[in-house]
Amino acid sequence: MNALASRRRHPAAIALLLLLGLFVTGGAYAALAPKPAVAAEASSDQIQQGKQLFLQNCATCHGIGALGTDEGPSLAGVGAAAVDFQMGTGRMPMAGPGIQAPRNVPSFDAEKIAAIGAYIQSLAPGPAVPDAKYTSGEGGDPGKGGMIFRTNCSMCHNSAGAGGALTRGKYAPSLHNVDAKYIYEAMLTGPQSMPVFNDMNLSPEAKADVIAYLKTMHEEGNPGGMALGSLGPVSEGLVAWIFGLGILIGAAYWLGQKGA
Amino acid sequence: MTTHEFPDADSAGVVRLDEGHHPGDGKMPAEFENPGLPPHVHRMADHDEAGAKRAERQVAGLFGLSMLGTIVAMVGYFAFSTEHRSWVPGLGHVSTTNLLLGIGIGLGLLGIGLGAVHWAKTLMPDEEVVEMRHPMRSSDEARAGFAEVMRDGGEKSQLFRRPLLKLSLGGAMGLFSLPLLVQLLGSLGPLPRNNLDVTFWDGHPHEGEDGKQHRTFEHPRLVTDPEGIPIKAADVTIGSVYHVLPAGLLPNADGEGGLEHGQLEEKAKAAVLLMRLDPTEFQDTPGGKKAKEWGHDGIVAYSKICTHVGCPVGLYERTTHHLLCPCHQSTFDVTDDCKVIFGPAKRPLPQLKITVDDEGYLIAAQPFQEAVGPSFWERG
Repeated sequence: MNALASRRRHPAAIALLLLLGLFVTGGAYAALAPKPAVAAEASSDQIQQGKQLFLQNCATCHGIGALGTDEGPSLAGVGAAAVDFQMGTGRMPMAGPGIQAPRNVPSFDAEKIAAIGAYIQSLAPGPAVPDAKYTSGEGGDPGKGGMIFRTNCSMCHNSAGAGGALTRGKYAPSLHNVDAKYIYEAMLTGPQSMPVFNDMNLSPEAKADVIAYLKTMHEEGNPGGMALGSLGPVSEGLVAWIFGLGILIGAAYWLGQKGA
Repeated sequence: MTTHEFPDADSAGVVRLDEGHHPGDGKMPAEFENPGLPPHVHRMADHDEAGAKRAERQVAGLFGLSMLGTIVAMVGYFAFSTEHRSWVPGLGHVSTTNLLLGIGIGLGLLGIGLGAVHWAKTLMPDEEVVEMRHPMRSSDEARAGFAEVMRDGGEKSQLFRRPLLKLSLGGAMGLFSLPLLVQLLGSLGPLPRNNLDVTFWDGHPHEGEDGKQHRTFEHPRLVTDPEGIPIKAADVTIGSVYHVLPAGLLPNADGEGGLEHGQLEEKAKAAVLLMRLDPTEFQDTPGGKKAKEWGHDGIVAYSKICTHVGCPVGLYERTTHHLLCPCHQSTFDVTDDCKVIFGPAKRPLPQLKITVDDEGYLIAAQPFQEAVGPSFWERG
């Protein structure tokens, strides 16, 4: 105490006091800052949370800083929409190394996926999670959507959206029971082998038409009876050979049997 | 050995057929006897009138089932609209009319068939009857008689004496076959001319003064299929795929224009797939260099018509840059000028050389330099 008191007239004391005063004022202002500043803080919090989650769950393959490794591609510029699609459909984190990540039960809730999306989006801008106005397919024209689907999508996904094989073990997945939002995001971001159909290629309205077409196809069902997976001649031929020929063989046996 | 257990066989040196298999002395019998037909077993309906009556009712029941089925089919056709759906376990919601028509007509035919077979098996005679085969050849007299009649007819009609009759009749009948042949050949349509070598990228087809079809190349813009929107080079991001047609073939985005006649034929030849790759991904081969040069900043355009049998090659994997044909799995490598790397196709897909116009839209720099689609005889 005495040491402090004896130096209270020291030339440096004024400067020190001034510094202390400024520090306290600044600190108090920061603590009592008005609302907008708080909101900005929360967003950067989300990015921070996303970064933490990324480092824990994704960085093994995609690398620290998401620039990619031999195991996984760089995520710079893929955008929050790609994250939402890959994690929302359970494709990422990948259960094990393989030629293609299959659809799975999502391992993260929407909030965490949004946080990781915000982090990836903060690295380099990419397509954001689209507006719900287009992703529901509401008001889309199923007829026009069918034309667009048959030109752009059906060669891989099959005209009924049942999916199909690609080269060397890869495949185009079935589009049945896929949330419309994820169909939209897949077109927007081009996950895995799928090419990108950006908004200049297929406008948001055109994408809504495609979703409306798939919805209508699904709701219409199969008035002709069993669809057999909508796979065409392979499954139909299999049923015809096994059951059709089986019945014919049975009938021939019955006809040839002696006695009544 | 055990032969002494079968005294008959042992004494005759013959294995008796009704004794089944047993070790013999290895000799064959001198002659097998014809065992004949097994004794006939009569059916229940043959000796029991009640059984016959039951079989009769069963057959009539099956025919009745057929009638019921036919009526169900007709009711299904008239009573329900094609929009009506009903839920069936295992099938889901299916068209009621289709369902009843299928079941009804199926039962209608099946009932007749089952009834007829059941009738034949229970009530029609089932005694085996042996009928010996007779020679088919006619007797020598009959054959000589036939030849005589034919010769006599020829003489009496003076066919041999007056060759003019023979020749003119033959000529008339031969000529009569020509109208049939001419119609057959004529209805094959006009000659193909150079239709397989040119596409809509060469320009609009129009009649020239010489009466032949001409096309003038006018650097058509690349537009999206089916919407007809022109494509800016800047809008084609890496990894994108555009399904492309030449401008003017389909109506544009406002629904105007478009080719009036032969639109589908032109579309079938002009379909193009547009992709953008990172320019560093093209291979360092003559093909890869040419592909990059004919493209624009990594954007390349290839004919979508498979060189095998002409299916649309649309399955583009943007990670491997493989283009796969869904019909026979021909695989083309986009980084190496669409060289065939798998499957039955023999030639790479033809590339369309593209560039940009003043407004930044993609245009064709030149038409296809080779015929698109599968090989044909005159292609060379």
